[in-house]
Amino acid sequence: MINLELPKKLQMAQQMSHQVAATVFRPIARKYDKIEHCDTPEELIPLGQMIKGMGGDGKKPDSQSEGRASDAVNNGANMTQVLTTAEMSWGCIGLMLSIPGLGLGNAAIQAVGTPQQKERFGGLHCAMAITEPGCGSDSAAVKTSAVLDGDEWVLNGEKIFATSASRGDAVVVWATLDKSKGKAAIKSFVVERGTPGMEIVRCEDKMGLRVSDTAAIVFTDCRIPKDNILGSAEIADTAEARKKAFGGVMQTFDNTRPPVAAMAYGVARAALEITKELLQKEGIEFRYEKSINNSTAIQAEVYRMEAELEAARLLILKAAWMADNKQPNSKQASMCKAKAGRVGNQITLKCVGLCGSLGYGEELLLEKFARDSKILDIFEGTQQIQQLIIARNVLGKSSSELK
Amino acid sequence: MSDHSAASFDLTLTEEQRITRESIRRFVESHIKPNARAADEAAAAPADFYRQAGELGLGLMPIPEALGGAGMARAPISNVLNAEDLGHGDMALAIGALTPLSFINAVLDFASPAQQETYLTPLAMESLLATIALMEPKATFEATALQTTAVKVDGGYQLNGVKTLVPLATQSRFILVLAALEGDAASAGFVVESAAEGMTIQEESCMGLRPLELCRVELHDVVVPESARINLDMGRLLDLSSIGLAAVAVGCCQAVLDYVVPYVNDRTAFGEPISHRQSVAFMVADMATELEAMRLMVYRAASRAEQGLAFHENAYWCRTFCAEKAMEIGTNGIQLLGGHGFIREHPVEMWYRNLRAAALLQGAVVI
Repeated sequence: MINLELPKKLQMAQQMSHQVAATVFRPIARKYDKIEHCDTPEELIPLGQMIKGMGGDGKKPDSQSEGRASDAVNNGANMTQVLTTAEMSWGCIGLMLSIPGLGLGNAAIQAVGTPQQKERFGGLHCAMAITEPGCGSDSAAVKTSAVLDGDEWVLNGEKIFATSASRGDAVVVWATLDKSKGKAAIKSFVVERGTPGMEIVRCEDKMGLRVSDTAAIVFTDCRIPKDNILGSAEIADTAEARKKAFGGVMQTFDNTRPPVAAMAYGVARAALEITKELLQKEGIEFRYEKSINNSTAIQAEVYRMEAELEAARLLILKAAWMADNKQPNSKQASMCKAKAGRVGNQITLKCVGLCGSLGYGEELLLEKFARDSKILDIFEGTQQIQQLIIARNVLGKSSSELK
Repeated sequence: MSDHSAASFDLTLTEEQRITRESIRRFVESHIKPNARAADEAAAAPADFYRQAGELGLGLMPIPEALGGAGMARAPISNVLNAEDLGHGDMALAIGALTPLSFINAVLDFASPAQQETYLTPLAMESLLATIALMEPKATFEATALQTTAVKVDGGYQLNGVKTLVPLATQSRFILVLAALEGDAASAGFVVESAAEGMTIQEESCMGLRPLELCRVELHDVVVPESARINLDMGRLLDLSSIGLAAVAVGCCQAVLDYVVPYVNDRTAFGEPISHRQSVAFMVADMATELEAMRLMVYRAASRAEQGLAFHENAYWCRTFCAEKAMEIGTNGIQLLGGHGFIREHPVEMWYRNLRAAALLQGAVVI
């Protein structure tokens, strides 16, 4: 039965996250934006422990464990994740990304790791290192190499833009076993902090998301145990198998795109709420009385932003709902990321514009939200990559046809 | 439903909705799609179209059994699903097919039992049409500031004013005329019968929605009995019609997307299909994304209405968003066909003309 309202259980998860965002993140958001480079903010440490205790460290609860009939509609881990992510992003995305134990690497280990690997690495804060100086969106072009030498893999190469890599306990690194074999030879490896040959060479100075560390890492003959590889070490030999192997790797993004879309939604909602409060102080009312053409320009701007935000929110919920109900959602995941990424950025920028000096100045958080939101239309697949995925899907084209 | 908060977020159709969807889609394939272009050129629905559309029983569904209907509950969600499917065939014929239902829904929501009996019984028994006259011919038109007036006179009300874009007015047995009540802040509806003295009806020619036979209705000292006055909640009526029209637009936009996808895949330029170019492919991607968002906005607003939750803001966003995106999809539909899109051999120019109405038509599809 069509119902786009949230059940109580999801509303409660949402409220708890909102509470964290309002009481823990908001009061320290400006402070850490200024500090920028630091260890994990101390205020976040109890939070990380609490979340871990609740089983929220990327280990998705079994959706059928509540004794439901298997054909019942499921509102499960994916929906919970986008909703809680949105609420925490309403507080501060940089702080949310700095919570120990919630790294992207953790998600990868949970997705493809063996039970032993989940046991070994599950308690660590694992970052993810894919991007290199010479490859961003084209993740099949990684040059970092992994060569098996006895019981160890030897890694060589350079990674950039690795979120949480300097603070984390380990990094999941994408490397190729054989550059000539293309995508199929790309595997991921867990490298623990302190492994000789792995060096954090710098943390980037960024426009936004400043409190979240973004590291550049160099691997020089970095040796890790043989069983630190995630998934199989074999290189698929047929074209079909190769495609499948890399497709499997890329599919993990279907699950990570809606949460990034949720970040864009959350920060934009935060900006819009503050903007509406400031405008209401000036006597501007938002009662949706007259049709948009007969409203004032400023009312119309706000109504349009609210409508766009709601559009993004519903696309995110649909993508997550499909994942919870085991429906393939690659197209919808990219749709919500594309939509939320672009409107989230537009809205935060528009809010700064509407509020004038109050928007542009550092007294309030509007200018910070406008800086933070830009990256959400870039990482986890740029706007243009999402459009490519959607277009290929709608047009029935392969990546060699529609490049 | 008593406890909304227990229900899961869900986008699955009920069994009943699935079955209805199949029969509506069959009707669209057999009666609407093949006739859409000819109807546009003729500025008239195909002969017998409204009798055939009536056989779908959409109007009959919510009329109480005692009045000859099927006695089903008011069902905004089912209505938007039907509106979407009909709109996929043709916007004008879709709105036309839903016009009697719009009148019926308004009467069910706002009229007294006696009025329901008076107006709904004939609609249930015979193949009659009925419509709503809301809009007025003026820039900056605002439905809450009507210029058509109703003045209390001996034995009833006297109506004066000009209504525009009234679907199927010449064929309708009843016209629900919305007017400002003299000495009262609220508006009211007055059911005017087709033969009323002082009412003249003239077909208007518009840019699009030509088969809908949109009419200008002029009222000069038209007197209706007291019993013809329906006290209505204008906000609810407008909101329900915003959602309904947006649903029809969703269907039309899906038709645009369904048409341009094979076109851009088949059309070659510079030695390859034009869909291999990102500038083309990304337009298609954006059309698909915005369309998906439009649909979800419509579903949410309609499902809130169906559950008895407040839905004014949702309807407002729905109208604002869908009006804008529908036109964007309409104009890009032509753009992707290039000069061919401008030629009447292809339907995209017709969809462009029809979709323009999504931003301005009000009161036409009350779900």
